[in-house]
Amino acid sequence: MLDVKAGDDSSFDFLLTKYRSPLVNFLYRMVRDRATAEDLAQDVFLRVYRARKEYIPSAKFTTWLFRIATNAALNSVRDNRHQRMEVSLDAPLGDEQESVPRDLPAREKRIDEHLVERDRVEFIQRAIASLPEKQRAAVLLHKYEEMDYAEIAKVLDCTEAALKSLLFRAYESLRVQLAPLVDRSAPEGAGEGRPS
Amino acid sequence: MKCERVSQELIAYLDGRMGSAERRETEEHLRGCPACRGRAEEFRGIWSMLDEVPVIEPSFGFDARVRQRVAAQPRRGWFAWFAPQARLAFSAVLLIALTVWVAKRPASSPGTLRTAATTEQDFNAIKDLGVLENYDLVTKMDALSELVPSADQPMPKPEAKPTESND
Repeated sequence: MLDVKAGDDSSFDFLLTKYRSPLVNFLYRMVRDRATAEDLAQDVFLRVYRARKEYIPSAKFTTWLFRIATNAALNSVRDNRHQRMEVSLDAPLGDEQESVPRDLPAREKRIDEHLVERDRVEFIQRAIASLPEKQRAAVLLHKYEEMDYAEIAKVLDCTEAALKSLLFRAYESLRVQLAPLVDRSAPEGAGEGRPS
Repeated sequence: MKCERVSQELIAYLDGRMGSAERRETEEHLRGCPACRGRAEEFRGIWSMLDEVPVIEPSFGFDARVRQRVAAQPRRGWFAWFAPQARLAFSAVLLIALTVWVAKRPASSPGTLRTAATTEQDFNAIKDLGVLENYDLVTKMDALSELVPSADQPMPKPEAKPTESND
């Protein structure tokens, strides 16, 4: 980023190539619409470019980048909240038609219906989408971007203690929602490190 | 270690970011607490499930669109340093131009009268130069200066030019 600040446009291309995929995926999981996610990702890169002269390397570049992206996503989600409220609870999760499940189906029924891989993935995506925006951002940054707590706390502008609490509530919510899909045959002995 | 605290710390335990001392403490608790162990297993299962969410790739023209928008950004050259003072610079140029115009424009009526008077004096002075060429008159002027004016006779005014007698 310092090279971009110095006026090296090829370094900006490098940043674009390196971070476009994680950024688009993060935004897609936040806003649940591919076209919107790509538009927001473009806006984020444009903001990075515009702010290159004022960039101060006080934190990691990814922290700065995802802070911009998170703010953009939260604003977008809040702006479009009224649209999501009108979507049917049973509508399929897709680019154009997505919804937030407010009630979990009966375990027996969901297990029968969602053993198919596509439905299973859809169910997981719904569970993530149902999290409050800040919890969702925390989980996405923690799970998919593999940021450490200090970084995520900076992105979300909160303390590490608040972040841990936020993450616990988010994973606890996911645990409840995804309970029908949990493979009970998982090996015993938790705590052997980060699952892959 | 209490179950409530273990639950709060399970995420840090599972993602491997817990300190070694706390980790040993948590493992010890999990060995003796089926409820917390079960919860830890569920969290672990959720972690695995989240990996099933597919990764999407940006569309084909994504990079091109970003580069296009970046290229459309106004470039700031060295002259941009002057931009905030543009109005000031324009005012200064305007003031200089006005000054030059005032200085070069033809003189107006009061100035004309003054210039005419000055020209007439200069003409008279040039006309009187012929007096200086009259050597006899110049030599006799020393004798005139030796005359002492009487008290009842006023001093002749300097304006009384001897040449006028010649005319």
